[in-house]
Amino acid sequence: MSEGLLQIGATLVLMVAIVPFFGAYMARVFQGQSTWLDAVFVPLEGLVFRLGGVEPERQMDWWEYARAVLVSNIAMFVPVFAVLLFQGSLPLNPNNIPGMSWDLALHTAISFLTNTNQQHYSGETGASHFAQMVCFQYLMFTSAATGLSVGIAFIRGVLGRPLGNFYVDLTRSISRVLMPVAGVFAVVLLSQGVPQSLSGIAEAGLVEPYQTTTDGKTETVTTQKLLTGPFASMESIKELGENGGGSYGINSAHPYENPNPLTNLLEILLLLAVPTSLIYTFGVMAGNTKQGWVLFGMIFLLFAGLTGTAAVSEYFGNPAVNALLGSANANFEGQEVRFGWAQSALYATATTSTMTGAVNAMHDSLTPLAGGVALFNMCLQVIWGGQGTGIAYILVFLIIAVFLTGLMVGRTPEIFGRKIEQREVALASIIFLVHPIIILIPTALAVGIPGIAANSNPLYHGLSQVLYEYASAAANNGSGFEGLGDNTPWWNLSASVVLLAGRYLPIVALLALAGGLQRKVPVPETPGTLRTDTVLFGTVTAGTIVILGALTFFPAFALGPIAEYFANLAGKTF
Amino acid sequence: MSTFKEIGTAARMAIFFWIACGLAYPLIFTGFAQVAFPDQANGSLVRNAQNQVIGSSLIGQKFTSVRYFHGRPSSIDYKAEASGASLLAPTNKVLIERVKADAAAFEAQNGTKPTIDLVTTPASGLDPHITPAGAAVQIARVSRARNLAPEQVRKLVSQYTEGRFLGIFGEPRVNVLALNLALDGIRQ
Amino acid sequence: MQVRNKPVRPVDAAVRSDLKRRKVDQSGLYSRAIAEAFVKLNPLTLYKNPVMFVVLVGTVITLALTVNPDLFGDLPDSTRLLNGLITAILFLTVLFGNFAEAVAEGRGKAQADALRRTRQDTSARRVLPDGRTEEVFSTQLRKGDVIQVVAGDLIAADGEVLEGVASVDESAITGESAPVIKEPGSDVASTVTGGTRILSDALLVRVSSNPGEAFIDRMIALVEGARRQKTPNEIALTVLLAVLTLIFLIVVATIPPMANFVGAPVSIAALVGLLVALIPTTIGGLLSAIGIAGMDRVAQFNVIATSGKAVEAAGDVGTLILDKTGTITLGNRLADEFIPVGGHSLGRLAQAAWAASIFDTTPEGKSVIKLATAQGAAGGYDPQGAAGIEFTAQTRMSGTDFGDGRRVRKGAVDAVKRYVQAQGGAAGSAELDGAVERVSRLGGTPLAVSDGTEIFGIIYLKDIVKPGIRERFEELRRMGIRTIMLTGDNRITASVIAGEAGVDDFIAEATPEDKIRVIRESQEQGKLVAMTGDGTNDAPALAQADVGVAMNSGTQAAKEAANMVDLDSDPTKLIDVVTIGKQLLITRGALTTFSIANDVSKYFALIPAMFAAAGIGALNIMALTSPQSAILSALIFNALIIPALIPLALRGVEFRPLSADRLLTRNILIYGLGGLVVPFVGIKLIDIVVTAVGLA
Repeated sequence: MSEGLLQIGATLVLMVAIVPFFGAYMARVFQGQSTWLDAVFVPLEGLVFRLGGVEPERQMDWWEYARAVLVSNIAMFVPVFAVLLFQGSLPLNPNNIPGMSWDLALHTAISFLTNTNQQHYSGETGASHFAQMVCFQYLMFTSAATGLSVGIAFIRGVLGRPLGNFYVDLTRSISRVLMPVAGVFAVVLLSQGVPQSLSGIAEAGLVEPYQTTTDGKTETVTTQKLLTGPFASMESIKELGENGGGSYGINSAHPYENPNPLTNLLEILLLLAVPTSLIYTFGVMAGNTKQGWVLFGMIFLLFAGLTGTAAVSEYFGNPAVNALLGSANANFEGQEVRFGWAQSALYATATTSTMTGAVNAMHDSLTPLAGGVALFNMCLQVIWGGQGTGIAYILVFLIIAVFLTGLMVGRTPEIFGRKIEQREVALASIIFLVHPIIILIPTALAVGIPGIAANSNPLYHGLSQVLYEYASAAANNGSGFEGLGDNTPWWNLSASVVLLAGRYLPIVALLALAGGLQRKVPVPETPGTLRTDTVLFGTVTAGTIVILGALTFFPAFALGPIAEYFANLAGKTF
Repeated sequence: MSTFKEIGTAARMAIFFWIACGLAYPLIFTGFAQVAFPDQANGSLVRNAQNQVIGSSLIGQKFTSVRYFHGRPSSIDYKAEASGASLLAPTNKVLIERVKADAAAFEAQNGTKPTIDLVTTPASGLDPHITPAGAAVQIARVSRARNLAPEQVRKLVSQYTEGRFLGIFGEPRVNVLALNLALDGIRQ
Repeated sequence: MQVRNKPVRPVDAAVRSDLKRRKVDQSGLYSRAIAEAFVKLNPLTLYKNPVMFVVLVGTVITLALTVNPDLFGDLPDSTRLLNGLITAILFLTVLFGNFAEAVAEGRGKAQADALRRTRQDTSARRVLPDGRTEEVFSTQLRKGDVIQVVAGDLIAADGEVLEGVASVDESAITGESAPVIKEPGSDVASTVTGGTRILSDALLVRVSSNPGEAFIDRMIALVEGARRQKTPNEIALTVLLAVLTLIFLIVVATIPPMANFVGAPVSIAALVGLLVALIPTTIGGLLSAIGIAGMDRVAQFNVIATSGKAVEAAGDVGTLILDKTGTITLGNRLADEFIPVGGHSLGRLAQAAWAASIFDTTPEGKSVIKLATAQGAAGGYDPQGAAGIEFTAQTRMSGTDFGDGRRVRKGAVDAVKRYVQAQGGAAGSAELDGAVERVSRLGGTPLAVSDGTEIFGIIYLKDIVKPGIRERFEELRRMGIRTIMLTGDNRITASVIAGEAGVDDFIAEATPEDKIRVIRESQEQGKLVAMTGDGTNDAPALAQADVGVAMNSGTQAAKEAANMVDLDSDPTKLIDVVTIGKQLLITRGALTTFSIANDVSKYFALIPAMFAAAGIGALNIMALTSPQSAILSALIFNALIIPALIPLALRGVEFRPLSADRLLTRNILIYGLGGLVVPFVGIKLIDIVVTAVGLA
């Protein structure tokens, strides 16, 4: 077990080491300070703003900002939806992949637009090279940048500053953060074997042909069809932008997407980089890096605890399998040899805690507790959280924690010198309400209406699969327990609704909250002011997150992962 | 800002990024990749002496004969055009029965119990590796079938065993295709 | 600056706790509250409390399930006995919540009744324009009428004194037994309140309010809570509680399909029980009681708050603006030292000072006598045939003309100088000026003492800072509240007093306009400001302040403008009001935290019991006897915790003047951690009892 925990620990150390540098850099970018890429991008951006009709100096109020988010996202949706429908007749389709059905195209376009990348198609068989580029890679940049912009605008509002200009934030997110970092790491991934080509399938003559029987017909297989595409450029932004949509159906478990432990390490660090560092960015922008570290520390401990739980659970493996083999083994079903239980557990918690949704092991086959941790991460959606929205949700939890416990210092609650009143509570409540509504209600419908849940697994795990699907959609994560047979109108459409509600309702509420806080008269800090940058308050906030999160989803968890855990311990199978 | 102007700005910015991120970036990068890393960019293909493609160094192949080291069971039979996994939960009866059957078959063939990697399916269905232990339990069978000294095969296995990255990250592993090609290369 | 003649209590802690509490009749309070708890079951009023409304709806559902246990199909554990018990417990939960509110309201009502007794229908003598009087009922009086009141009468209405000087017993309103002098012209003493009794002489009063609008009527309405509106923070909290309720409603409503899917169906009554256990019934049941009790606690300090909002705002006050005189210092300056000049001995000066003060009954005069006596200087003059010379605004000095022709004077230095000069004496000296300056620098007031044509020296009159006030300001500073002292004194004097009292800032030579300016400045910085006032010219500032406390002895205008009225007219009570405001907020926060933390243990009691068929019995870490006893125990705990916490809600969580961090640590440990642990113990104990009586 020690080798496994060592590599998890070493990865976390690297993750923390990146934070102050990347976090400070993003603070510079979004506070309009000079960075070393200015020489290239300032003239370019100026040109883009002129052509686009953007007035970069113009500050938007919250509703303008929200409108810009919504309208631009609709504009991004249109070409993507069209290409997915008609990809069969469009160029760069060497493998002759047909257009998607309307419901699948709708779900896919929405899924990528919302930074979710839940895939009801399989990457290598469902999307042409052209679609992989102009649909997926395009939205991977813009949806991540949209989230990042909203997160930054929210931070500005909470700190009492004007929210900024959405198009400027969107552009700078891409030109200063996403594109440069993704570009560099795409080269590294490429060098390790992630393909980048526009050609079709390469047929390899098998070293040893073999016979296979399907439907009573025996045939001899002599070749292997090796499928490549423009994937290295997609892989790095997939992780960095917390997108998670795989070029291949099986995502980062595919040897072409994630060929070795080095690429695995880089992918984990990439997908953690933005949400972890943004907490520090917040501290820098607030002029209080201690506040940043307190929030970071609190989330880090939750993350480390959950990762540890998942890892230990994976280490002890599946009692039923171990009994058969007569030996003690870690869980191995649905995992790759090059990663093993430790990297699989780490990747699973990292990808679900960050709303990335890429996978390097099959979450469906994780041990019940590890699968439960992945599910829990998406239900909380603040243990790092989504691109930009992660820090915003963390701050919303901070606001709620202040509101609940701040009264206990004998003042009406305030956050960063701004009073938390009815409007703030109402808007924060919307953010909290949306999540259980769009997870629990569709889950109840899907398992309650006969014939919908055609799962690969029955009973407790079957419930977990459905729950996971909607939690993943609601949190804009995109990973799956899969095995749902989910390319049907029900799943495509219900998930689409959940995706949209999980993305845009909170975004509008966040911006409204930020706009309202920004307009408030700040209350000066006194010794009677509740300080939020203390270890004590970090603990209180963590407690609020865990208790509120756990309270909301505990019954569903009891019937899903927890019941499965006890069944698994008792050696029961279904 | 008028509604019309707002929509206009949104549309123009969307189109700009569509060109920049969706077209220019991947196309320029493909050009670069084909020049700088043509081997990796095209799938790390493995060719035989006749320069025919016989696989990829990153993708596993199915081996069935006793003369070869076998990879892990694959729910897609290593058909690389569509990756896939079993998607079976730990409490799924099907999983346990499959493991039971595979373990029995392995034991019948090798006279020893399999390691866990040899009876569980990988996530990708294309896992090119087995664990060193998974290779070790097959050495006796392979050397017998090939009439080689077990020691010789063992040496080959350890030669084809990759360690952890920096000694820390990932797991030790043996690339089955590479090992089997090396076996075939041994003059008998 | 007005100088109040009324003695003001010192504010040290020992005396504070001794503050006279308004005595109210509490008998029958609980029996009335129980009856009221049933009246409050009316869904049309209960819906305003979303948490309790959900419980009531749940009760109806479980009642239906008691009548027909298979109403929603044949589900496990749906027995008539269990459903009936759940119904009873849920019903009790609602009643307990109503009861808490009724008790809090009942206390206010009792107080209102005490006030109402003073408002009996009295007759009044209305003065007609021609000067004749007619007897009318007090209810017939209208604003602008003039009435005559004579000794023994109850004053029929609020009004302003036009003529006469009389002593009035205001104890019905203030609880203060000493009579108060009322006379026209003076800002403070010229208003009378309806329901008070005139003890001597007669007054002509112009009525200032219509029937039902009098001060006392408004006070009754206020303490009764008849027009109680939710405060902003209470509204925000209600929103959050409603959202939590809605979330748990969704959580519970989505359970049946999931439970059926995994083959572990649950009964509807158990689900209703789970819902009620999860929604924040504790704080939902106690929230309004906490608010009412906050106003009530203020009232117990003899302060009437015109709205709960004012009490809540008091907790947030960041700046306290206090008049120096009467609040920070005792109302009067006292002689502290004699400074002889011109070669006179200290003893001689003391004798002259004593002689000048023997007819002076003001506290200053008495203090001079006291100091002189203490120095053994009493005497030396023959009081036989002596006559006192009173202080007037023109002469600005007082003294004694003795039978032997000696004229001794004490007073403002320049006035005495001029007097001595007029008598043919010297016009002062550098030494005298030096002594005067020294006293000023010390923050004192110099009084010159002369005998005949010579100035003997200076009496150093010192402002006496109230005992204990410095410590209170220290407490306030720790709570993050800034104190600003306002005084009509010059800068030097003001700075000395400010330093001695430990205020954070002071405004010297302050005018009423300065008050408004200071308030506005503080408010622009985002601070809430509290102040006291009594004069008509304070009214704008009282209105501008977030918490304005008018003295009951003050003018009608001041009382109208303020949002609190202090019946005792004790300006230091502002500090107590701030404390009560904070206590109110802390109590609200503490019980909310407690209520939510409780849910963890309730889950551990209920979920394993309800989903026993899903094989998660290992989660039953409390080892509750059976699923039925688990459900009953959790619900009984949930119901009983409400009445158990009523005393805390009414009394308020103890407030200590600590820094925010230390307060938070303390309260999180008690109410957060306590909220996690207490129900584990409580539910287990109830389970043992439930098992013992055979309901497991």
